[in-house]
Amino acid sequence: MPQSAEKVLDHATLFHEPEYQELFKRKRETFECPASAESVEAQREYTKTWGYREKNLAREAAVINPAKACQPLGAVFAAAGFEKTMSFVHGSQGCVAYYRSHLSRHFKEPASAVSSSMTEDAAVFGGLNNMIDGLANTYSLYDPKMIAVSTTCMAEVIGDDLKSFIGNAKAKGSVPEDFHVPHAHTPAFVGSHVDGYDNMIKGVLEHFWDGKERSAGTSINIIPGFDGFCVGNNRELKRILDVMGVKYTLIQDASDQFDTPSDGHFRMYSGGTTLADTEAALNAKATLSLQAWCTRKTLDYIGDKGQETASFHYPLGVAATDELLVKVSELAGVEIPESLTLERGRLVDAMADSQAYLHGKKYAIFGDPDFVYAMARFIMETGGEPTHCLATNGTKAWAEEMETLLASSPFGKGAKVWAGKDLWALRSLMMTEPVDFVIGSSYGKYLERDTGAPLIRLTFPIFDRHHHHRFPLMGYQGGLQLLRTILDKVFDKLDRDSEIPAKTDISFDLTR
Amino acid sequence: MSLDYENDGAFHEKVIEEVLSAYPDKFAKRRKKHLSVAKGAEEGAAGAAGEEGALLSECDVKSNIKSIPGVMTIRGCAYAGSKGVVWGPIKDMVHISHGPVGCGQYSWSQRRNYYIGTTGIDSFVTMQVTSDFQERDIVFGGDKKLAKVIDELEEMFPLSHGLTIQSECPIGLIGDDIEAVSKKKNKEIGKTIVPVRCEGFRGVSQSLGHHIANDTIRDWVLDKKEHAFEAGPYDVNVIGDYNIGGDAWASRMLLEEMGLRVVGNWSGDATLAEIERSPKAKLNLIHCYRSMNYICRHMEEKYGIHWMEYNFFGPSQIAASLRKIAKHFGPEIEEKAEAVIVKYQPLVDAVVAKYRPRLEGKSVMLYVGGLRPRHVITAYEDLGMEIAGTGYEFAHNDDYQRTGHYVRKGTLIYDDVTGYELEKFIERVRPDLVGSGIKEKYPVQKMGIPFRQMHSWDYSGPYHGYDGFAIFARDMDLAINNPVWGLFDPPWKKKDETPVLQAAE
Repeated sequence: MPQSAEKVLDHATLFHEPEYQELFKRKRETFECPASAESVEAQREYTKTWGYREKNLAREAAVINPAKACQPLGAVFAAAGFEKTMSFVHGSQGCVAYYRSHLSRHFKEPASAVSSSMTEDAAVFGGLNNMIDGLANTYSLYDPKMIAVSTTCMAEVIGDDLKSFIGNAKAKGSVPEDFHVPHAHTPAFVGSHVDGYDNMIKGVLEHFWDGKERSAGTSINIIPGFDGFCVGNNRELKRILDVMGVKYTLIQDASDQFDTPSDGHFRMYSGGTTLADTEAALNAKATLSLQAWCTRKTLDYIGDKGQETASFHYPLGVAATDELLVKVSELAGVEIPESLTLERGRLVDAMADSQAYLHGKKYAIFGDPDFVYAMARFIMETGGEPTHCLATNGTKAWAEEMETLLASSPFGKGAKVWAGKDLWALRSLMMTEPVDFVIGSSYGKYLERDTGAPLIRLTFPIFDRHHHHRFPLMGYQGGLQLLRTILDKVFDKLDRDSEIPAKTDISFDLTR
Repeated sequence: MSLDYENDGAFHEKVIEEVLSAYPDKFAKRRKKHLSVAKGAEEGAAGAAGEEGALLSECDVKSNIKSIPGVMTIRGCAYAGSKGVVWGPIKDMVHISHGPVGCGQYSWSQRRNYYIGTTGIDSFVTMQVTSDFQERDIVFGGDKKLAKVIDELEEMFPLSHGLTIQSECPIGLIGDDIEAVSKKKNKEIGKTIVPVRCEGFRGVSQSLGHHIANDTIRDWVLDKKEHAFEAGPYDVNVIGDYNIGGDAWASRMLLEEMGLRVVGNWSGDATLAEIERSPKAKLNLIHCYRSMNYICRHMEEKYGIHWMEYNFFGPSQIAASLRKIAKHFGPEIEEKAEAVIVKYQPLVDAVVAKYRPRLEGKSVMLYVGGLRPRHVITAYEDLGMEIAGTGYEFAHNDDYQRTGHYVRKGTLIYDDVTGYELEKFIERVRPDLVGSGIKEKYPVQKMGIPFRQMHSWDYSGPYHGYDGFAIFARDMDLAINNPVWGLFDPPWKKKDETPVLQAAE
């Protein structure tokens, strides 16, 4: 009997014990009718070939292990970045349970959102009553300052009209007439969570800005985009902007919402862009989006309102941070202070110290379009090669931008861009054209297992490591974090590859 | 090991009233029917392995009713019940999340249905396979795409033993004929293909998804293929064990040791063949009654297979269940069952001796799904812990009937609890531990109350069987007696010193 009270074995080791190994064998041989061991081995080998890769990349309908989520997730995340705002997702209720779980598993934090709980009768008659009752209940129970309404695909397929529904609900007294209920249609069958983010931000701005006259001021708006590292990143951004002495408004800031303290109280709401600031942001001089692919419609809308707009691709590393700072300094008419120049120098110094371990390393990078762009750019700054750049939610236009980026550096030569492909495709790419490391989310752990390339977790969602998102990747300070995360993996791999005594430990070096 | 305690029913009644006062009138009335205080079991009823029978105590609430809009129900949907619970764990089939990308993405690898197999080659549980609907699929229909998806999956995964089509909301709304596609493709490729109409808007919770999934096994799997298989006198199916963290393996160990052959496990670590041959078994042992009673009733009706509920959480219930199961097979198995109980008694004694003093008298509130809101109660009581409140996400009336056997007088009962209610209940009752899901974990912990996820075993497990009980005890101890709960108040604000036990070694 392997189990004991002295040393309790759980799943991590219990099932390695001979009693269980024999049980597995009996089950398999007597009851499972499995594919033969030979056929499994043959297929496993076959999936490593160029022949399999060709078929894998030719898929047009089946999507296997995609690295993207659906629009409402982005909308719920977006709404979490505004003061005392409750997400209300109109449609089936299971979806909301999923968004909440998904966000909680990444942030290790509460994620509040409600559903209008539409069922079959609502599918037939529409969900108006669900909206009327739902808003009233949310308003009474959860004491929000704003309820941000988005949609699941059910509501979109039956064609519920949010604007008129919300109007109706207000007329029925569900919430006061002047209560803030911005909305965004977020069909799950169009785009991905980055578009849901875009639509919700636009919905919020329309709610506060439509019909108002802009009187141009000097402040700058910054929209961070869908960012699983918002906790670390937004705080670092604010620090940088404060150091620069810039007057700014972060439009959508979930850094406090997804990082509340443990002190005996559950805060359903914490921080976020205030509604007053959101309204006043109309009068800003300009709006910068830190993730162009998260804000396409929003920036168009803001541009139409008369503001100057500019966008970045999740600025990471030296040159991208330089560009951001230069742009901010231009727009705000402030100098970049010496302290930031020092920080820059320290990041460059660190990169120089470690360059020997990074130069020539090959990477597969997957994630949202802006992240992949940023990561590829940083990798090239370190002398690495972004061999496979993949965004399941990347478009043709994204691929073109990526090509331009890769062409700008000798380290991008031979790198390939894969727009719209999934992680099962990436498996084939990594099998046929191996890389040293794969950079992405926790989903990449299956790639690590199958191909042997260690996974560096640097983007949402990270379920199986804790607290990464609490530290910034942006700015020069964030760049250090980014650099160290990659280096740790590089050194761990060197050690792992040289740890067998008297065999491979020749280069188990104390100093590297 | 049975405990004698009673909860403060009058206080719980008052808390219910308080909570309801926050709702608009119309909905206070509706929610009232879902909240209750247990009236207490009759003498001798406590500790009996739960099954349908005379109502021994009243814990009467309305259940299996639509959730109220806008209240933050914790429930999921029919798709979650079918793909996430019933079908998803069957390892040698490819389960297609048919519709937009989200449903499959959020449920990808989240239920911890352990399995042995080469993922992507002969096993597919921890993969997210979807038809990733785009606008054109909604407008023009997805049947052609589905056919193509199946062709491509056949090319990618030739060793799969079948496919299921797990419908997401749009499928039923746009009028696709997934049954026709399934039949056609089944003829072409010769593999089992199961269309499941588990669109998320159907029913009121996960529960209808379980039922629909059960029905599709009945209609599309059973009696479809002949298996050369020599049935034995002690063949059983385990029904409703999803092998979360390896639960089904810890259970199988005991059943094998008592001389039974588990010919099929529904559905954790299962292959299609195990499901197909189920009708040849002599007895169906059902753990999660809620999600799979349907197929048990069907097999009873059609093949005359009896079914029996059992409970493998905690030594009291395990022993009672082993005896009950053995009785069905007669003296030879009964003797072996007794030997199993004897074999594990020293482990049980050691676990209880180690952990009970650390957990004695601690109160617990539960809010889970399926069988757990009642089934785990005695496991806690085996450790000297007391259940202050419990509730189900998606129970039916027959679940609450089965709950009376387990709960003590005064226990707070909440059906389809809302985020608001649960938070207030916990705040007022201040239990020493809450067992619920990922959405509840962090709010509760921030209130300074230890928490264990009781869907996923909080990434631990198994919790079934004797091996599992040791892990269960360890986990409850490490949750409650971790020093972090004593760090919440800064010294310049400190109100009281909470003594914290040292780590168990």
